[in-house]
Formats: sequence, C-alpha cells, structure tokens
Amino acid sequence: MSRTSAGFAERSIHSLLDAVDYAAQAEKRAESAGLLQGMDARLKLAGVLLVIIAVVASRALVPIAAVLGASILLAIGSGIRVRAIATAVWVPALLFTGVIALPSVFLVQHGARSAAFLLSRSVTCATLSALLVFSTPWPALLKGLRALRVPAIAVTILGMTYRYLFSILDVARDMLESRRSRTVGILTGGEERRMAAAAAGVLLSRSVLLSREVHFAMLSRGFRGDAFTLENRPILSHDWLYFAGFAVAAASVFWFGR
Amino acid sequence: MHIPDGYLSPATCATMYGASAPFWYAALARMKRTLHTQTTPLLAVFSALSFIVMMFNLPLPGGTTGHAVGVATAAIVLGPWGAILSISMALVIQALLFGDGGITAIGANCFNMAIAGALVAYAVYRLISGRSAIAAHRRVIAAGAAGYIAINVSALLAAIEFGLQPMLFHDAMGAPLYAPYPLHIAIPAMMIGHLTIAGLAETVLAAGVVAYLQKADPELLEATAPAAARSRVTEAGATWRRTRPLWVSLGVLLALTPVGIVTAGSAWGEWSPADFSNETGRRQIARASGRVEPPAAVPHGLRRLSDVWTSPMPRYSAPFLRSPAFGYLLSAMTGAGLIILASVFFSWLQRRARDGAGGVP
Repeated sequence: MSRTSAGFAERSIHSLLDAVDYAAQAEKRAESAGLLQGMDARLKLAGVLLVIIAVVASRALVPIAAVLGASILLAIGSGIRVRAIATAVWVPALLFTGVIALPSVFLVQHGARSAAFLLSRSVTCATLSALLVFSTPWPALLKGLRALRVPAIAVTILGMTYRYLFSILDVARDMLESRRSRTVGILTGGEERRMAAAAAGVLLSRSVLLSREVHFAMLSRGFRGDAFTLENRPILSHDWLYFAGFAVAAASVFWFGR
Repeated sequence: MHIPDGYLSPATCATMYGASAPFWYAALARMKRTLHTQTTPLLAVFSALSFIVMMFNLPLPGGTTGHAVGVATAAIVLGPWGAILSISMALVIQALLFGDGGITAIGANCFNMAIAGALVAYAVYRLISGRSAIAAHRRVIAAGAAGYIAINVSALLAAIEFGLQPMLFHDAMGAPLYAPYPLHIAIPAMMIGHLTIAGLAETVLAAGVVAYLQKADPELLEATAPAAARSRVTEAGATWRRTRPLWVSLGVLLALTPVGIVTAGSAWGEWSPADFSNETGRRQIARASGRVEPPAAVPHGLRRLSDVWTSPMPRYSAPFLRSPAFGYLLSAMTGAGLIILASVFFSWLQRRARDGAGGVP
C-alpha cells in the first residue's frame, strides 16, 4: 500500500512493466551458461526444495547462515550477480520481514533471537528460490514439477498460464496506456476506481474470449482433455553429482540444526 | 498476506498442503466433469488474469492505494471451484517465479486465499444476491460484501496460523522459531490492515467489476446466478405471466367502452360552442353547473379556439362510422394502441441509451 500522486493507470503500468522486466531478466539469466544452469531441472528443483525444507526446519542459526553463504557462492558460480539478487530478493525480504520481526525484539521473550530466525530464514529461502528461477527456464521448471509427481494437468495449466500471462499483460498495458493518453486533468478517487473496475472487467471479458479461442485451437490440434509433458533430456552423471551436493547440504542443515 | 518461507514450521506447511489437496482434487474433478476439454485453457487464461489483477494498484477512499487478490471476482465469474484453481495457480506462479510468498507456504497461502477465500466469497455473494436480477444493484452490494468478508476470513486464517507458531515451536532457550507473535498480537495486527485497506481494495474490485459486467457483459455473471439466468432466458414468458392480468383488464375495459354512450349528460367544462346555442345543451350545462344559466352567447375565446384543431374522431366517433358503439370501441382501441406504441418506443430509447453507456473504458 502506498500513498502516491500518480494515477491508477500509471501505477498499474509500472507494476506490470516491473513484472515483465523481472520475468525477462530471469529468463535471460536462466539461458546463459553457468554452474546451476547446466544442471538437470528436475534434480535441481528437488535439491533446492530439500535445502529450503532443511532451512525452514533448522533450530539453529549457524546452518541457516551457512546455506545463505553457499547460495551466494553458487550465484557467483552461475554468473548471477549478487547485486541482482540483493535488489530483487534481499531488499524486499528485509523490508517486509524487518517490519514484522523488529517489534518482536521488544514484544516477545527472546525476541532478538526470534527476529534473527525469521529474517535469516526468509532471506535464505528467498535467495534459494531466486537461484532456482534465475538458473532454470520456466518450461524446464515445469518438467521438474512433473518429476515431483505434480499432476500433468496442473503442470500443463501452469505452463499455459505463464504463456498467457504475458499476452494478457500486453493487453492490460496497452489498454491502460491508451486510457492514460486519453485522460486530461486529474481524476477523482471515484473516477479512478471506476476506471480500475472497468479495466479489470474488460480484461475479464477478453480473457473469456481468449480462452474460447485457445480451446478451439487446442481441439483442432487434437486435444481431448489429457495433458502430457515431454521429458526428453536424460539425467547425466554430473546432474546426480550436483544433486548429491544439495542432498548433503540439506542433510547437514538437518543434522546441525536439530 | 502472501506468507513467505520461514514464517510457518514444516509441520504447519505440511498440514496446510494436506488440507488444500482434497480441495484441489475436488475442484479439478468438478471442473473437468462440467467443462471437459475447456478446463485447461479456461483455467490457464483465468490464472493469468488473476495474477495480473493482483498487480493492479487500486485507488481507495482516503487517498491510499492497495492490491486486491481478486478472489471474489473469480468466484463470482467462475464459481467456487474454478476460483480455487485459478487463484491457486496464480499463487503458485507468484511463489515460484516472482518470489511473492514462499514455496513451503504455497499450501497455506492457497488454503487461506484461494480455497477459504473463494468458498466464503461465493457463499456470501449467493446469500446476499439471492434471486435478484443480473442487473440488480443488490448484486453489486453482494459482490462488495463477498470481497470484503472473504479477504478478512483469509487474513484471519493467516493470523491464526502465525499465532499458533510460538505456542507450538520454539528452541531450547524458549525463543519462537517461526512467526514470533502469539494469537492475541497476531490477530489484531493482521486484521487492522485487512479490515481497512485490503478489505476496501477487494470490495472496490469485486463491486466495481460486477457493476461494469452488468452493463457490458452480463452473461459472465450468469454462472453464479442460475435463478436470474433462468428468468432471463424465459424473460418474455415471465413478463407475459406478470402482466397478463393487466392485459386482460385492458381488453375488458375496451370491450365495455360503448357503455359510455348510455350515460346521460356531458362532463362539466367539456362543452362545444354548439352546446351553448341549442336548448338541450344549455339545459345540460345549467344542470351540471348547479342551476346557473350559461351565457346567452358562446364565449368569445371558446368560439375562437375551438376551431384551431379538429379531431379526426370528434366525440369518440369517426365521421365515416354509422354505429356510435363501434365508433366508441374503435376510439378506445386507437387510443390504447397509440399509448402502448409510445411506451414501447420510449423503452427502446431508454434501453439503447443504457447499452450505449456500457462501452470500453
């Protein structure tokens, strides 16, 4: 929530552009060469999840800090700039969690230690998630989900959602920009709310039309309601080696964080 | 309200995944049963839409802005099962791709916002909107209330999950391992923001979208308004049923119009210049005016203005008809027919103006 003089259209365009920019950066980094980029997505997803669960389960601060340090090294090894992680992950996580954690220092017994747990865990997990996204193209990540026994239809829907996300993002941005270009003067709060509701309503109507068109296109290509995902990349020995690294890290955090 | 990783214990996260799984399974089975092959594209597009709507920076009364989840809007358009799946998918993408909400907390976030939110929003909307028409203002109020209550129920669930953590999970020193605040702090802290800003954002979005769709695309509101949709389909029949007694009464009155001929005398003030010059007419004027004699000559103004307009059917009888009774009947039918035609024309004009107001923003 924020108090700002910019209009609804301007603020929303800004949010939409940020999302597109973030996704584009993630995709660009995921396709470049690096330590994590070379690893099989299925094992990488499983490995990162194991470490995240271990971090969440840890009852000690040192193992969490160690994982954070290792994550930074992995980012450097994968060609992901620490500054990018700091701006995309650490600043928002510290701001959000900091606001929640800091009062606990005064309000809760052993509040400082509790705040340290909360901050270190959230920052470490967010860093691991960012490493996963910055080193794995979305389609490969979906294959990873499939390997974790997420139903094929859910994976297919997620894949299509990602695709249509950008299509609808474009429509939303064009619509808001054209509305902004036609708007003269400053709109009242009520007018802005009506504009926001109308924008959401128009997007809704267009989305229904889009889903019908996509449905017909899918039917014409032989879709009968069953979802399949292609899994053509074999898991290589170095993938297992990387996974072993993650597994050892997770086991260590579990052990030392008991 | 997107709970990040590290706020909930692994046991809580596992429980919330377990609590969400049956709803996901039932929602998917239900959607596949009703929509068949349409399920996949519909959910994909709506999940993408839900994600984008969550990014709208909504202006709120008081000058602040806020983001809505859009759960009530999804529940009103797609129904509870579709809303559960599309909001869940949007939350999964937010967590996996954009880091908004933790991966371990996906189960909890989906349970709070997508599952509880959608079910509560749907129940409140159906309860308040009742059997009202699609275009009824009551549906706008119902949507606003659904959004407000749903988001606050979601927030309350999240607050309870936070508040349970320090009771259940702490280290050897007694320091809370996860969300540190007990229920008596977590619940008010969470609810103040949601009862004010976040609740308003959800209300503005849900009520605004329903008001817009009522004008621009009312069909999208029919999925969760079966009674109103049925009545719209049979609108012509229902309108006929409702107004049938009026039409029958009109027919009876038309048939009785010749009775007017048998009534004696003339109505006070409805005199023609000829009534002043013949004896019968003068007697009727005097009787209707309390025995006051009319003037000897036709009043000047009456004589002058009575020639300005000559009715095609003077005194309810057409000059070409010999039968006064039939003339009366024909006059009644002509008059009633002209009034009905004028009403239809003005209704059409009004509908056209209303439809024209519901354009693109």
